[in-house]
Amino acid sequence: MTSVPTATAPSAPDAAPPAVGPIGTGSRGTRILGLVALVGIAVATYLALVSSPPDENMGDSVRIIYIHVPIVVVAYVGCLITTLGSVMVLWKKSVWWDVTAAASAEIAMVTTALTLVIGMAWARPTWGVWWVWDARLTSTAMLLLLLLGYLAVRRIPAETSTRSRRAAIVGVLLLPNVIVVNRSVTWWRSLHQDTTILNTLQPKIHDQMAFALYFAIPVALVIFAWLLVHRWRLAWMEQQLEDRELDQAISDRRAEAAGERAEDGQR
Amino acid sequence: MEPVVHLRSAVSLLGRFPALAGVDLDVMAGEIVLLQGPNGAGKTTLLRTLAGLVPVVSGTAVVLGVDLCRDRRSIRPRVGLLGHATMLYDELTVADNVRFWARAARASPGDAEAAMGALGLDGRLQDVVVAKLSTGQRRRASIAVMVARRPELWLLDEPHAGLDGDARDVVDGLVRQAAASGATVVVASHELDRARHLAGRTATIVGGVIAGSETGAQTEVHHVP
Amino acid sequence: MFRDALLVAGKDLRIELRSRIGVNQILPFAFLVLLLFAFALDPDSGVLDRATPGLFWLAVLFSALLAIQRAFAIEAADGNRDGLRLSGLDPAGIYLGKMTAIFTQLAVLELVLGIGVLVLYSSHVTGWALMVATCVAATAGIAAAGTLYGVVAAGLRVRETLLPLLLLPVLSPVLIGSVRAFEAARNGNPGEGWPWVGLLAVFAVAYTIFGAFGFGPLLEES
Repeated sequence: MTSVPTATAPSAPDAAPPAVGPIGTGSRGTRILGLVALVGIAVATYLALVSSPPDENMGDSVRIIYIHVPIVVVAYVGCLITTLGSVMVLWKKSVWWDVTAAASAEIAMVTTALTLVIGMAWARPTWGVWWVWDARLTSTAMLLLLLLGYLAVRRIPAETSTRSRRAAIVGVLLLPNVIVVNRSVTWWRSLHQDTTILNTLQPKIHDQMAFALYFAIPVALVIFAWLLVHRWRLAWMEQQLEDRELDQAISDRRAEAAGERAEDGQR
Repeated sequence: MEPVVHLRSAVSLLGRFPALAGVDLDVMAGEIVLLQGPNGAGKTTLLRTLAGLVPVVSGTAVVLGVDLCRDRRSIRPRVGLLGHATMLYDELTVADNVRFWARAARASPGDAEAAMGALGLDGRLQDVVVAKLSTGQRRRASIAVMVARRPELWLLDEPHAGLDGDARDVVDGLVRQAAASGATVVVASHELDRARHLAGRTATIVGGVIAGSETGAQTEVHHVP
Repeated sequence: MFRDALLVAGKDLRIELRSRIGVNQILPFAFLVLLLFAFALDPDSGVLDRATPGLFWLAVLFSALLAIQRAFAIEAADGNRDGLRLSGLDPAGIYLGKMTAIFTQLAVLELVLGIGVLVLYSSHVTGWALMVATCVAATAGIAAAGTLYGVVAAGLRVRETLLPLLLLPVLSPVLIGSVRAFEAARNGNPGEGWPWVGLLAVFAVAYTIFGAFGFGPLLEES
């Protein structure tokens, strides 16, 4: 668990009282969440690797779907949260949602990159190539780029209010863009019959496989939630620190004004 | 009578820096106020705040009857700001610029032509591209843009900078004319001698707060809250 | 709003007429891209011919990046953004005006580039109506999204690298749709191309509406 050092500036007389909250980003809630996640991972791994049967056509390599599909779900949920958060930022000017949108996008970006890597690592032994231009893989690559664009806006050297607003506009469009790109790419690739590489290898999902899959998805979401809470708290504390420094700056400025007038008085 | 400008403990931020740390100021209609103070005291920020460009994060700020904490945008067309930047398009001519900004402000074409004439920007000078003008000519073009819009509140940041003696007289004349017809003027300037002749009242800003205000020979000092 | 839009579009186009950056720099760049494609793809192998629609639209996209950067560079100079904020112009009107100016410049670019492609790549043209409709819809989409993301990146030190990263993924559906439509026109199956034009049109309308609303908040504060 990460921790942030408390502000070292002395409290100015008219500064806001220090924010109440955890010093580290852990709490009872996240510890429970983390425990659930760990248990869930253990069970899901057992289900995926041991108790569920291999596929008729693909053999054991079908087991990739137990990690691949949940991760993709997490990425899409992350995008949805970012878009929702961005709407709230523009509508209600909510700092809470601004932080949520940013944290969610970061996690979504990492999971998307992971999806691509896992997909490529699986494609190589299965088909002998690292990459195929099928709809899913291509859309996922575009999703990564859209997320990278959003995160780039979050890091621009500008004032907080400007940065939040610009990021929010890009964020609101994130999910719509993802959907439009996905639809366009799918439509496009469906015109070409040679994309059936992945289609013919579509595994039929039986009861036990379905169970393992549907179990893995919520586990992934729990992990996502755990990461989100921690990342959110970290960002929130950074925000509090900035606010405290601002109050200090206002007091300093007033002191400077009083000091200069005292000097003028003496002259 | 309601003051045109009414600020109480107004705080404005430039990013994270509190450029205005609690300003008290009242200006009545038709007044010409000189704003003086050292560099970095907040003169420019105060003018920009009055123009509705900079948000007021705490305190009271009412300009032209509009509460700036709630609505900064509606007063902007009614205010004229002459800042350090020219606000002109370098690729266009003087006439193109003045006419564009005047039409944007819904001013009549006659006002635009009159403003250019008043500042000596007529004849061939009108068709010169701004990039080719001297600093003084560009300044006059910026002033012409402002004059053409006929704002109710004039905010001038170093209006005499870059102008020769004749041009300065012209500007002073325009300012007096505006005040006489009911507009309110706030001038920030380092050239105190000239500006004091123009202004009826002087306010001093130091470290983001108004430190004092003098009218003619009288000196009133306001203490920082 | 429309009155302001016309005023701003007129101003932007007048600046272009005076400075001729579009004609002197962006258009040659587009041709340069076409030539570089020929260097990279060896005209003799037949790849160039098959890829012509795609290469045309790629050249348009890359040139659009330059055009959009330019459209906002003129506002970055000397306090003009403050001027726009103070002017009393309706922000939606400013958005539509800038979008129209960019659309016009790109339309002219596409016309000249199209002629260039016909000459350089020795293509022939069929399905005129489909191609014109595609150009209109695609260019509107590029202008609408470009103006919006252009103002997101405007005024920042990192704008030259940020705009492509933001805009190109967003415009990938436009690229896919316009190229497919052009291919359908060339192959003599316009029926396959018109649905793509529909997609392009929806894209353009959606971004125009969103851009008109989003431009105002983005114009605030530098």
